Amino acid sequence: MKRTTLDLWVGLFVVAGFAALTVLALKVGNLSTYNTSDTYQLQAYFSNIGGLKSQASIKSSGVLIGRVAQISLDSDRYEAKVTMIVDKRYQFPKDTFANILTSGLLGEQYIGLIPGGEEAFLKAGDEIKHTQSAVVLEDLISKFLYSKAEDSQ
Amino acid sequence: MIVENLRSLGHRIVNTVWRIGYASRFFMLILLYSGTSFRRFHLIIKEIFASGVMSLIIILVAGLFVGMVLGLQGYETLKRYGSESALGSLVALSLVRELGPVLAALLFASRAGSAMTAEIGLMKATEQISAMALMAINPMARLVAPRFWAGVISVPLLTALFSVMGVFGGYMVGVVLIGVDQGSFWSQMQAGVDFRYDIVNGMIKSFVFGVAVTVIALFEGYDAPPTAEGVSGATTRTVVQSSLAILFLDFILTAFMFQGE
Amino acid sequence: MSSQALVEIRDVHFGYDSRLILKGANLTFPKGKVIAVMGGSGSGKTTLLQLIAGALKPSSGYVKVDGQVIHKLDHKDLFRMRRRMGMLFQFGALFTDMSVYDNVAFQMREHTDLPEEMIRDLVLMKLHAVGLRGTHHLMPAELSGGMARRVALARTVALDPTLIMYDEPFTGLDPISLSVVANLIRRLNDALGATSVVVTHDVQESLKIVDYIYFIADGVVAAEGTPDEIRASDMPFVHQFMHGEIDGPVPFHYPSGDYGQDLNLRPDR
Repeated sequence: MKRTTLDLWVGLFVVAGFAALTVLALKVGNLSTYNTSDTYQLQAYFSNIGGLKSQASIKSSGVLIGRVAQISLDSDRYEAKVTMIVDKRYQFPKDTFANILTSGLLGEQYIGLIPGGEEAFLKAGDEIKHTQSAVVLEDLISKFLYSKAEDSQ
Repeated sequence: MIVENLRSLGHRIVNTVWRIGYASRFFMLILLYSGTSFRRFHLIIKEIFASGVMSLIIILVAGLFVGMVLGLQGYETLKRYGSESALGSLVALSLVRELGPVLAALLFASRAGSAMTAEIGLMKATEQISAMALMAINPMARLVAPRFWAGVISVPLLTALFSVMGVFGGYMVGVVLIGVDQGSFWSQMQAGVDFRYDIVNGMIKSFVFGVAVTVIALFEGYDAPPTAEGVSGATTRTVVQSSLAILFLDFILTAFMFQGE
Repeated sequence: MSSQALVEIRDVHFGYDSRLILKGANLTFPKGKVIAVMGGSGSGKTTLLQLIAGALKPSSGYVKVDGQVIHKLDHKDLFRMRRRMGMLFQFGALFTDMSVYDNVAFQMREHTDLPEEMIRDLVLMKLHAVGLRGTHHLMPAELSGGMARRVALARTVALDPTLIMYDEPFTGLDPISLSVVANLIRRLNDALGATSVVVTHDVQESLKIVDYIYFIADGVVAAEGTPDEIRASDMPFVHQFMHGEIDGPVPFHYPSGDYGQDLNLRPDR
């Protein structure tokens, strides 16, 4: 009698709570866009990563295909080692370019992959050889100033 | 005079440490006597109704308004940098990482936690707890443990509902009222919020807050002096202490979870 | 008499912090009797009940219930022992979040696997015994003080205890409710073949229903006897208590220093 209505309310509450969690996961979060089980790892070395952070997106032709998993400094090469997790559905040729790009003028930095022309594909754990570092705004400005100074001489 | 003040300060510190130890032992006892509550789950269901379901309205309304404020303020700030499209990401990230777990737990502490303290404190003051113990029924197992688990189950669910209502509120203000592009609102949100990194961590936070709030509320009730002032003082202490505990734990957890960035 | 005793209290000392409350109390509660324990406020009557129930431990001496020393029982055996005891608290201590019915059914549901129909019959029987079968759907807040006390009594005897303890059962009751409760205490004891201990300071009412009376003062048994012996007693303490005299062996003043000194009255001025 009284207990059943109480059960109903609690049941509704629990269902609503889990529904909210599902909405968070699928609609707000990115659970729908990538699945951790179907991914593979790639590495790349950059001389300067600028403001790249872990969890930054990896895009190819503007499509989100993976995430940066880890960033560390390789003490042998003195270069930044970036570990990427890429969706298994997307395969890239061995001579793919990895560039650190910025979305908009001051936006977040991400890695853009530009596929090359080779037949063989990158396998899990492979290294992307061709990389281009982040464009650091200060360097650009100082280069610009120097060239201006040289011009005026 | 100084000696006197120092002595009272020292006394308060010792007293606080003593209470923390007592509360920890209380927590262990709750876990120890939790078996009964799981064998008789309707005890927990009854308490979920009393604490979780009864907090629904305040959580949903507060979530909606917080989301709307975030939408408005976020838009005003982002507009200066010409990145209104990041509004969805801003609203969702603030809610999922911080505001959802913290505000939901604070609201739960003042809505349900204080009620728990008052209820247990009054049961103690009217000798209901002694009566139960003399009926050979352990009050920790019969009264305290079900309330604890009800709180631990309710808080994360309330947090999820709070965050979803907040996102909806941000959507209402940002997209429907102000006119931010709907597509970029959702896509920026999905690109900015990581499931494991943001949502799971937020849920872990709210779980920890749920444990902290209910343990404090139940401990204060169980430890309250059996008088009217005793119970009212304990209720106040529940709200103050659980609010401080939530904010302190939030700092610690945030430092651990998001240190990689 | 000792072989027939359900509860034996031997040379029990007990104190909170440094204040000694019991200083060698000796009491014996024979089976099947209703015994009153009397004494002024703060004389340790309630403490005595808590010692019997095992909620407190004596600092020396022992309490034996049915041949077992209470403070030496482990948690499990103590709880087993408590199932055979019933205790009525001063203001009833009904569970305010449950109906009258659920209050009486509480122990049956917790301690037995009886089917719900049988519990229903038992609950209604217990409520009928205290004359309140018609209130089973009410909440404790809807009952008068006297009715709440009777419901609490029904709950106390729900599992047919062998030892029933009453902590100030007459406090705050009107004269009619008071004699109803007093009569119930006697009748339930005889019907259940139990042993009852009534802690009270209501002398006149208890003299009518009990078999034996202990007076506790200053931590020890000051006087004891059957109601007739007590009525006839000429001990100053008993006399003071029976007639409610203000001063006597129990002093009006709490022990204090010299009155004149406290008021700063100096004899040399």
